[in-house]
Amino acid sequence: MSMATERKTPIRVLIAKPGLDGHDRGAKVLAHAMREAGMEVVYSGLRQTPAMIVNIAVEEDVDIICVSIMSGAHLTLFAEIMELLRAEAGETIPVLGGGIIPAQDIVTLTEMGVREVFTPGAPMAAITACIEGLVPA
Amino acid sequence: MDQPYEQSKLQQAKERWEAERLDPALAKVSRPRMPSDVKQQRLYTPLDGDGRDYENDLGFPGQYPYTRGVQPSMYQGRLWTMRQYAGFGTPEETHERFEYLLNQGQGGLLVAYDLPTQLGFDSDDDRAKGEVGVVGVAVDSLADMETIFSGLPLEKASPSLTMNAAANVALAMYVAVAEKEGVPAERISGTTQNDILKEFIARGTQVFPPRDSLRLTVDVIEYCTANLPRWNAINICGYHVREAGSTLVQEVAFALANAITYIEACLERGMDVDAFAPRLAFNFSASANIFQEAAKFRATRRMWARLLQDRFGAKQAASLMFRTGAGSAGSTLTAQQPENNIVRVALQALSGILGGVQSFHSASFDEALAIPTEHSALVALRTQQVLAHESGAAEVIDPLGGSYYVEALTDQIEAEVNLYIAQIEADGGMLQAIEDGRAQAQIAEASFAQQQQIDAGEKVMVGVNQFQDDSDPKIELHRPNPEIVAAQIAKLQQLRRERDNGAVQAALVRLEDEARGDGNLMYPILEAVRAYATIGEICGVERKVFGEYQAASI
Repeated sequence: MSMATERKTPIRVLIAKPGLDGHDRGAKVLAHAMREAGMEVVYSGLRQTPAMIVNIAVEEDVDIICVSIMSGAHLTLFAEIMELLRAEAGETIPVLGGGIIPAQDIVTLTEMGVREVFTPGAPMAAITACIEGLVPA
Repeated sequence: MDQPYEQSKLQQAKERWEAERLDPALAKVSRPRMPSDVKQQRLYTPLDGDGRDYENDLGFPGQYPYTRGVQPSMYQGRLWTMRQYAGFGTPEETHERFEYLLNQGQGGLLVAYDLPTQLGFDSDDDRAKGEVGVVGVAVDSLADMETIFSGLPLEKASPSLTMNAAANVALAMYVAVAEKEGVPAERISGTTQNDILKEFIARGTQVFPPRDSLRLTVDVIEYCTANLPRWNAINICGYHVREAGSTLVQEVAFALANAITYIEACLERGMDVDAFAPRLAFNFSASANIFQEAAKFRATRRMWARLLQDRFGAKQAASLMFRTGAGSAGSTLTAQQPENNIVRVALQALSGILGGVQSFHSASFDEALAIPTEHSALVALRTQQVLAHESGAAEVIDPLGGSYYVEALTDQIEAEVNLYIAQIEADGGMLQAIEDGRAQAQIAEASFAQQQQIDAGEKVMVGVNQFQDDSDPKIELHRPNPEIVAAQIAKLQQLRRERDNGAVQAALVRLEDEARGDGNLMYPILEAVRAYATIGEICGVERKVFGEYQAASI
């Protein structure tokens, strides 16, 4: 809260649900928590392709992208998102991941350039703090 | 307790105990209480049963209002069905897993389909990328269903097909497999989930707009009523509502409000309530809070019987029975210290059994990390077998009946759910609540409140916000096999080359005509399925006619 209020403009976050997964409980809870922490949240809605997500991120001029996946398709979908993002935005927008993601895949995602991956049980404050740390004031 | 004199004497005694004994004890030491959806007292006494009438409010098992169970003998006759959710990869792999589970004593099958299948996309569709065979089995056409079920005892397997937007296609495929295996329609048993309204508010695999979706749901109910007397046409789910973060009261309220919407739509179609109500089944969540969950099942049985009799004028006993499966609350399982989940699942299964459910799915301990391995799936099944044969919970019918606490809780849940449903109806009913996004918002609000309680440490999650340790869980996880995708796609493309494409096209044209009119689409879909039209082709026609639903943003 305190960090957010020191900023001149609020952090803009894109919460994205790629693929066919319909489990959006976490996405909605986080959208709420981020707004309470003073951030502006754009929610992609369900079933977005990686290209749609990268487009929204560029058009909405967001500071960070939080990708939520529960369906096990994370390796394929993150790879595409990171590749498109490099092409469209030169990798300037940091990406966070969240969902049901086994530890060995977190290593792979980090190697792809995903900054941090949150799994079930992560407190909301840890995620908002991570975002505030990654987006310069 | 009938005499007011006795009542007031007891009331005085209770107040005296509180003032003289309880309060001083709590003043010395008291711990914070567990947050609860349902407001609870510290102690229940006969005072809490004031006005309850045994025959009218509880009755005997198998008798109105079914509070104590839908069958007279309950588990004394037959244990609940241990029905594990399974399915992954190719139809061949799923066939093997099913065979294994049936050989291990599992009573019924619960088929998990992958997301492309659930949403009506073929495995080679662009939108299916990364999802083929991951959360369930890939089924593109009748040929895949033949592979899954060939050689399994279809009359015994009683599969539950977990499909909603494309429940009609899944059912048509199963009917066609049964035809080929020589099982007559009146002998096949099983369930289609077919509960599309909860997809809009909780699970997210809706495809078509709400009102068109409702038409397709009623098509399946109407078809089953006319042709499949042993098939449960719909499995109305509170489970996913609760998993999306709702309270216990919201779980029951939204499930029953959805049920009311389906019943009214069936009546509008001219069906007789006693013709279809016996084929409506339910699927609820079971958390580790055994008393609240047991009370929930008892309350819902009573509410359903009253609803069907008083509001819809049902006359058959079978129409009044709330028959339900239950599943362990997956969202309460933790990625941290995953073996703890074995204990949680055992309590969850006990909740369901004390609640008198007809079938139970016990989740695997690795659920918060991946889909189950053969090992974790077996532990989950064994958990139910231990409860069935070693705990004694199945030895007495409705063992919690008469508990001051559980009876009071049963009454309270019924009253709170009734109020919630009355509000939904005053606001225009479930379809309106979905279209306005109101139901979704109410669930999201409850889910946020719950997360706040966890983050603040008020709601303790062992291993997550208390009793943590940093040791890495050394458990073996299921890994999806990427090679299966190419194999599945090759099979699909071969099918498209080899089938009678003239017959497929004719069936799809007929489907489109019927979809633009108001016929029951089960019949043209069955024809298309028999001609080996793919799920993507069939749902593609429906997408063309109905369009796709776009959710209101949050």
